[in-house]
Amino acid sequence: MSLYATRRKRNSLATSLAWAAALFGIAWLFLILASLLYEGLRGLSLAVFTEMTPPPGSKGGLLNAIAGSLVMTAIGVAIGTPLGMLAGTYMAEYGRYTKLAMVVRFINDILLSAPSIVIGLFVYEVLVHPMGHFSGVSGAVALSLLVIPVVLRTTEDMLLLVPGSMREAAAALGAPRSHVVAHVAYRAAKAGLVTGVLLAVARVSGETAPLLFTALNNQFWSSDLLAPMASLPVVIFQFALSPYKDWQQLAWTGALLITAAVLALSITARALSAGRRKS
Amino acid sequence: MSDVALESAVARPAVTDRAKALAGIALLDRIFFQVTRAAAVIVLVILGGVILSLVLGSLPALQAFGPGFLISQSWNPVTEKFGALPAIYGTLVTSGVAMLIAVPVGLGIATFLTELCPHRLRRPIGIAIELLAGIPSIIYGIWGLFVFAPFVQTYVQPGLISLFSDVPVLSSLFAGPPYGIGMLTAGFILAIMVLPFIASISRDVFETVPPVLKEAAAGIGCTTWEMMRYVVIPYTRVGVIGGVMLALGRALGETMAVTFVIGNAHKVSPSLLAPGTTISATIANEFTEAVGDVYTSSLIALGLILFLLTFVVLAIARYMLMRLERKAA
Repeated sequence: MSLYATRRKRNSLATSLAWAAALFGIAWLFLILASLLYEGLRGLSLAVFTEMTPPPGSKGGLLNAIAGSLVMTAIGVAIGTPLGMLAGTYMAEYGRYTKLAMVVRFINDILLSAPSIVIGLFVYEVLVHPMGHFSGVSGAVALSLLVIPVVLRTTEDMLLLVPGSMREAAAALGAPRSHVVAHVAYRAAKAGLVTGVLLAVARVSGETAPLLFTALNNQFWSSDLLAPMASLPVVIFQFALSPYKDWQQLAWTGALLITAAVLALSITARALSAGRRKS
Repeated sequence: MSDVALESAVARPAVTDRAKALAGIALLDRIFFQVTRAAAVIVLVILGGVILSLVLGSLPALQAFGPGFLISQSWNPVTEKFGALPAIYGTLVTSGVAMLIAVPVGLGIATFLTELCPHRLRRPIGIAIELLAGIPSIIYGIWGLFVFAPFVQTYVQPGLISLFSDVPVLSSLFAGPPYGIGMLTAGFILAIMVLPFIASISRDVFETVPPVLKEAAAGIGCTTWEMMRYVVIPYTRVGVIGGVMLALGRALGETMAVTFVIGNAHKVSPSLLAPGTTISATIANEFTEAVGDVYTSSLIALGLILFLLTFVVLAIARYMLMRLERKAA
């Protein structure tokens, strides 16, 4: 075989492998979504949204778990977003090249991909152990610690995209620095900031590990933040590993709900930031 | 005269008002600056707090077992003898399997997205791959347990066992009954989970290659493969390694997906098909059931080991990606 033919053969082998890799990657997305739809839709009914998690063998829904997830996610985001945004503002607007910003950037990147179970252990040590019992509050705090790095990162990135000339124009009109940040930079980066929050919500709404030993679980309706609180991911974990068929069915349905919510959030976030890039 | 008096009477309060307003604004400015700086410091404090609380929490276990904790294989809640070796071993093996699968496939996807894919499909396929990264890990867990593990048990593992039964080293790697769950399955699911990270970071760094380099390669008659192999990959090596390390960091710390399919056996077995455990799976499974200080503390010590492990890997990843950014700038 001539050298040319060998090279061409090797090239077509390599490119077909790359095609295969792409197909392989996308296939998993569809396989997982298909099994979620197939297994989850069967159990989807009104009762899922109106009834509490049942004891094995009887009928029930996921109401307390859904409510618990919403409450803890909301509180977690409410704590984490302002902190992350303010820190991100410092990094982009004030301390762009300072040592502090560089260290925080590095630490934040580590937090961004640190194992979430470690965050759970941390909150257990700081909140659950001193309080003496599991609680919804500590679950929310654990989630907020996961929100912070996502919001901080996107805030910094989005503020850096705002052209400096806009800030200079505002400053030249005599606007004080805080006004420049609040009324010019924030406004220009609004879509990006919202994207960051949406991504953070998507990230924490499926988190299980940090909730396992902070909020634990609760079979009943709980509105007391100081008591253990149910959440969808933890219920899925518990029910899926149980030997009962109807519990496993509820786990699948819960999994479908979470995935639908998370995918909707990340697609919305993507659409928002794409719209921004075009304008 | 009266005019002047009137003027100054009007002007003086105006001047002090203005000064007051300016002082107010200056104060507001300072407060805003300090608040944002405090928020940045809090982020630092949190990480410090994580490390400190893990160290404090693991002290009882480290005092009880000493450095032997790292190499002991025992895990016995009744006699309160604990060792980290099986969990560390399982963590490293599952992550290793994951990287073996995910690195070549991820690079393939990145190559596909930058060089081969028709332009119109680039965005949708890129987004589909990234959505894979957004699916919560518990979903991978439940899917792995109910859909993937049974499939592996019936179709893949019996084949692997009989295929390698006569090959010296591989026969012990693929030995034992096909449980479906085990380290190989866990590694495979981890591979799917970290695939999007490797693919999208490699795609991003491939795109930093100056077009003129690729044009030059094409100009001297390189095939696509030769261009990737001899121009693009060497140029982006640091970034690709950074992306791989980032994915490795994720794989090491991944909890829920692994917990479902690893089998939770505290022992070191040479076979990849055998059930094992990982650091995070052990913590997730046993933490709420742990009674006694030494048991809890041993689990926290495992958490500390995991954190240090991922910290080192992630720090290397960030360092390499930073070096690439500096080169691109």
